Amino acid sequence: MIGIEHYLTVAATLFVIGIFGLFLNRKNVIILLMSIELMLLAVNINLVAFSSFLGDLVGQVFTLFVLTVAAAEAAIGLAILVCYFRNRGTIDVEDISVMKG
Amino acid sequence: MTVADIAFYIFSLTLVTAGLFTVVARNPVHSVLWLILSFLSASGLFVLLGAEFVAMLLVIVYVGAVMVLFLFVVMMLDVDFAELKAEMAKFMPLALLIGLVILMQLVMGYGAWESAHGASDLLANPITADHHNTEALGLILYDEYFLLFQLSGLILLVAMIGAIVLTLRHRKDVKRQDVLAQMFRDPAKAMELKDVKPGQGL
Repeated sequence: MIGIEHYLTVAATLFVIGIFGLFLNRKNVIILLMSIELMLLAVNINLVAFSSFLGDLVGQVFTLFVLTVAAAEAAIGLAILVCYFRNRGTIDVEDISVMKG
Repeated sequence: MTVADIAFYIFSLTLVTAGLFTVVARNPVHSVLWLILSFLSASGLFVLLGAEFVAMLLVIVYVGAVMVLFLFVVMMLDVDFAELKAEMAKFMPLALLIGLVILMQLVMGYGAWESAHGASDLLANPITADHHNTEALGLILYDEYFLLFQLSGLILLVAMIGAIVLTLRHRKDVKRQDVLAQMFRDPAKAMELKDVKPGQGL
């Protein structure tokens, strides 16, 4: 029988993979954004699992809002990335700390 | 072991594997494809949990829109990804250490976790059997959470305008159609008739 613990384990593993990716790909902004998406997906799995096992629908409503904000964040992040690439010709994050107007 | 249990194990194994490959893949296009696979298996998990609407939303919004946007950007930018990946081995020990620490913290947190006594009385919107998942979600989304719903629409609008403003640029070297110049063009100045005699030319 699959209980809530199984879902929480999967979500925790996915979250840790997201953080792992955040530290592993310190230079590539695209993979950083994808790692953030993975972490948000883990959070969503947690919310839906609790919503289902506690019998409360609010968790799923909250998941909808998290999805909305994540989509907006991805769009803005990619726009900034394209803008940055046009100006600098690279997507190396470590150059962003050099702000010269 | 029922079919649902087997499906759970298949979906969660696919999810974790695809997540791992998203992070370690050499080619970012492969990363995006693995991420798409992980979103698809997560939506399978949502279906198993009885949240059909969120599952379909994940497929339509994420796989259909956001991941295609990622794929578009990855393919549009001409980046030397091999150079960016070269230092991955350098960051590996730190990444493993931090991942292990956070995993242990999560295990400790979940090990000590238990529901409060009166928690089942505090349910705001209990799931009942007389509505489908989508219908029940709509009933409370457009009623109790109407303000949040509108605000999330506003967030999307701001994100759209922001993305357009950030990436829009006017290039000087591209010829564009100038409608007003076309409309106010005077035919008398633009064209001239000449009477050319035979054998002479202009």
